[in-house]
Amino acid sequence: MIETQEFKVIGTRPIRPDGIDKVTGRAQYGADIKLQGLLYGRVLRSPHAHARIRSVDVSAAEKLPGVKAVITGRDFPAASNETVHAGEGVVNFSYLSENLMAQTRALYHGHVVAAVAAVDVHIAEEALKLIKVDYEVLTPVLDVIEAMRDDSPVVLQEVRTDELGEKGTKPTNIASHGRHDLGDVDKAFANAAVIVEREFVTGTVHQGYIEPQNGTAISSMDGSITAWTSTQSAWDERREISEVLKVPLAMVRVIPMEIGGGFGGKLNAYLEPLAAALSRKAGHQPVKLTMSRDEVLKATGPTSASVMRVKMGADKSGRIIAAYAWMAYEAGAFPGSPIGAGAAVIFGPYRFENARIDYYDVIVNKPKAQAYRAPGGTNAAYAAEVVVNDLAEKLGIDPLEMRLKNGARQGDRRADGPTYGPIAYLETIEAIKVSAHYNSPKPAPSRLGNKVGRGVASGYWGNWDGRSSASAVINSDGRVSYLEGSTDIGGLRASLAMQLAETIGLKYEDIRPMMGDTQTVGFNDATGGSRSTYGSGMAAHRLGLKIIAEMQKHAAALWDVQPEQVNVKGDVYSCGEKAITFKELAGQLDETGGPISVSVSLDTKGALPTFATQVVDVEVDVETGKLQILRYTAAQDVGRAIHPSYVEGQIQGGVVQGLGWAMHEEYVYDKDGHLLNGSLLDYRMPTALDMPMIDTILVEVPNPNHPFGVKGVGEVPIVPPAGALANAIYDAIGVRMNVLPMNPRNVLKAIGTI
Amino acid sequence: MSRKISVSATINGQENEFLCEPRQSLLEVLRDVLNLTGAKEGCNNGNCGACSVLLDGVLVNSCLVLGVEAQGRSITTVEGLAGDELHPLQRQFLENAALQCGICTPGFLVASKALLEKNPNPTEHEVRYFLAGNLCRCTGYDKIVKAVMAAAEEMRAKA
Amino acid sequence: MQAFSYVSAKSVSEASAILAQEGDNAKVLSGGTDIIVQLREGRRSAHVVVDVKAIPELNELSYDAAAGLTIGAAVPMHRIYGDAKLAALYPGLMDSATLIGGTAIQGRATLGGNVCTASPAGDALPTLIALNARCVVASANGTREIAIENFFAGPGRTVLQKGDLLVAFKLPAPQPNSGAAYLRFIPRNEMDIAVVSAGVSVQLSADKSTFIAARIALGAVAPTPLFVPEAGAALIGQPVGAVAVNAAAEIAKAAARPISDMRGSAEQRKHLSAVMTKRTLEIAIERARA
Repeated sequence: MIETQEFKVIGTRPIRPDGIDKVTGRAQYGADIKLQGLLYGRVLRSPHAHARIRSVDVSAAEKLPGVKAVITGRDFPAASNETVHAGEGVVNFSYLSENLMAQTRALYHGHVVAAVAAVDVHIAEEALKLIKVDYEVLTPVLDVIEAMRDDSPVVLQEVRTDELGEKGTKPTNIASHGRHDLGDVDKAFANAAVIVEREFVTGTVHQGYIEPQNGTAISSMDGSITAWTSTQSAWDERREISEVLKVPLAMVRVIPMEIGGGFGGKLNAYLEPLAAALSRKAGHQPVKLTMSRDEVLKATGPTSASVMRVKMGADKSGRIIAAYAWMAYEAGAFPGSPIGAGAAVIFGPYRFENARIDYYDVIVNKPKAQAYRAPGGTNAAYAAEVVVNDLAEKLGIDPLEMRLKNGARQGDRRADGPTYGPIAYLETIEAIKVSAHYNSPKPAPSRLGNKVGRGVASGYWGNWDGRSSASAVINSDGRVSYLEGSTDIGGLRASLAMQLAETIGLKYEDIRPMMGDTQTVGFNDATGGSRSTYGSGMAAHRLGLKIIAEMQKHAAALWDVQPEQVNVKGDVYSCGEKAITFKELAGQLDETGGPISVSVSLDTKGALPTFATQVVDVEVDVETGKLQILRYTAAQDVGRAIHPSYVEGQIQGGVVQGLGWAMHEEYVYDKDGHLLNGSLLDYRMPTALDMPMIDTILVEVPNPNHPFGVKGVGEVPIVPPAGALANAIYDAIGVRMNVLPMNPRNVLKAIGTI
Repeated sequence: MSRKISVSATINGQENEFLCEPRQSLLEVLRDVLNLTGAKEGCNNGNCGACSVLLDGVLVNSCLVLGVEAQGRSITTVEGLAGDELHPLQRQFLENAALQCGICTPGFLVASKALLEKNPNPTEHEVRYFLAGNLCRCTGYDKIVKAVMAAAEEMRAKA
Repeated sequence: MQAFSYVSAKSVSEASAILAQEGDNAKVLSGGTDIIVQLREGRRSAHVVVDVKAIPELNELSYDAAAGLTIGAAVPMHRIYGDAKLAALYPGLMDSATLIGGTAIQGRATLGGNVCTASPAGDALPTLIALNARCVVASANGTREIAIENFFAGPGRTVLQKGDLLVAFKLPAPQPNSGAAYLRFIPRNEMDIAVVSAGVSVQLSADKSTFIAARIALGAVAPTPLFVPEAGAALIGQPVGAVAVNAAAEIAKAAARPISDMRGSAEQRKHLSAVMTKRTLEIAIERARA
């Protein structure tokens, strides 16, 4: 049914409603806000990766002229130990509070120990230098394997391993050990004709959004708090501020500003509660906090470094009959790496009858790991996709054929439990198989001695649906003011307005969308998990149906008939011979019963996983180990592309982030746990000159659970690139990379040059 | 606090006089003193390009210029690109979906303007080279490069 | 950022007088792409910042076939590579000028700043050594010249004394049948600090078959940019070709004494010393033959 839908708006490429403000510099991002009496804050951070905080003396800082407030751990009440679902993961409020502001222990280089508000930012910085902190420096735990040893120093003394559901008895860095079992993996390996087993090590990487974290807040004399911030999730922020500062939920209002990227890193609070606490202490003046880039890298959401061992066995026909993965992810200083998602991704694209996954969440003295686009997925898929290619080679099977043979389809049970509904993985493999790229010869190397290789890889991501609310007002000019509550991080207002316009038969331009805040529109889950175009799109559709129902009532009143007698086709309302357009009817609302406003709140269901298959050509400079991406094509099941340009953009951006992770990006720590590369000079994200055009193939297999067939598209494109690149390197030089990043040094090491 | 200095400069074609401390960067002055928040702080050390402005027509990172150095100079920010209509670069960025979050966009627009003034007919490689100091984390650069090439073509056709 | 006062000096004597009086409390502001970051991050400190961009001598950019090239210390990179005549005469210098930072950095960064920052990885430094540059330094006692390879005292340190102001660089006019080049190895294609770099100049015989002069310098493999005279000397009199080039590259590699840091390991840098020397020589030879 969906396949035969014809659309007027969906599938077109209109200009986003916030576009002009964003190209003229007028758009207000979090750091752009100005308020009367605004104070500027700065944060003091631990210079040690692991230390006991004996005392913090702020008396000299408080006396500096221009300083209005200083806060420390003493200003934060003990938060509840409750763990709730928030953003794309879970949040424990006690740990969240301790991450925002250290109490008695500094747990990573950059952990906040105090904050200052002053009349300008330079005075706030000077005040930080006057704060005396007495630290007892402890041995840091910096490596996931070291951290798991029995003799390792322990980061959080209170942690006991959740060992397959049973609580351990002694202090440990292993927060949890989980296992997924499917079939009889030992027996299956015993029957395998070919077995490949490999170990992989991947580094800590950052989301790398260009806009640093910011938070501005005013704590009013009535106890209420208003916060302005760049956030992926205003409602989660509100809950966190409420819990950490012990202010009733309804007394907190979070106003999401335009946001300069997030990728999962702006789901949780960092600065907003500090700004509010400073404001409360500074005579209720508003306080703005912003992070420097160094602070962003030191203290906000990296995603986990990992160690993974993957073993797969196949029969002679190339069917993979057994798979085993051992995965350990760094959680950072508090439990909660994306290991669960990683364990879903690692064998996600495949149909295995026998599989086992052992997975560990491991605490180390690094910043608390946060979600990063398909959290835990890129590194997991890297490991699996290299092993699949290795198996294919040993069996003499083409890598795409190997994936077609073993690829998951509807009804298959994934190793971590769920059974797939209507998914479309194989279609993405077929799309690459027939692509111009895959059917062209490899490009020639640019330099004598260089080698060119081609590699493929696939990836899975689960996608989320979640809760969405929206409201709308019908204006007398026939246009619709549309208030939605999901953070627009890359064109969402357009994609939602298009779905609303399609539903009610109006033109895109007739919908005037705007992002609401926690006080002006109903509850919305985060923009994360690739949910907003899906879930908030469903809300837009439901809102549209409600608008139509209201308009039917007004048309009925106009003609003195029953609403059920009014037919609706596009924007025309009719009954027998009588007909009126939406716009005409909107001009007569007052005569037909008064103004119309509608709202919806939904707990949406029915998101479907998506899959991607990608091919890359890489040139390897064998003498230096340097890689150059020559060509890239990404095929993806996108359900239905509401705004194809934005879907392409999500794929292109995800691929390039994945390639940055694969080629360059990693945190470099010294032996004491100091982050050495806290700048965009040495945390090397791809530049325009590092990348070719990224060709996209949109495979549209609509999601039957969504009125327009939407599937989340934002995350899965980052899953395959590292695996595809590793496979291309192997094709070029015959070396299987087992470490991320595959930077020149690691490539030279793998070759054996150094 | 050090003494504030009076600085006169032409900003987006307007004569302007402002007070600033020597330690304030031009970026701070633009954003906090002059309320021109189009230039963004992404790294504050010249590695992301989000604060790009033109100083006497030359592309610079405003985080690496002191406000006092603006004395007698002419500065163009993203706010100064459009007249009654959008600059072709601005329109092509919108039509080509060359922005997602948009935080890097002001810097890319200013840098692209500097490129096209110098080289009205750049190759893809020349665009990528010139814009390598401007980081974008959302788009993978594909649509940005295409938008700049499209604007260049449009401007050549008009010239 | 720390508080400081600001002076835009109008003459060499005004600037050097402040530098003489304030000593280490004064910092010279040229392009600002290093010093502003260092002051902001507390890696250097200043009571007074002396802007030298308004001093005429520091803005000179002139070429004379007899005297060679004079580049004021405060001339930004975009002016250097924006001069088509210079680009043809000094392609090695253009390699450096177009590699320092991104385009926006090149709008401000100066040769004097790159030299006075004295990073072992500074992109102009091996080139200036290869091109036999001399530094013109002014102080209350007058003006003196220092050969560029003698200008550096360690990472971030130069031989400049209290009251010294770097005014300009003098580069000899290119010899016939000569060529120069600069290459650096970086993981990305732009915006990185050199892991290893090489600047070379060669002069070939009239029939372009034999090396008659060569200078080779490496970056990021020692506490200062490393002039390797023995590598250049090994080329002299040798037929132009892979054998001589590889031999010089091996000598450069032997001279390199790199450390391991976050940008590269000692083994990697040692290995790359030869690779970069070889590749840079190949370009310089091609230019000499052109």
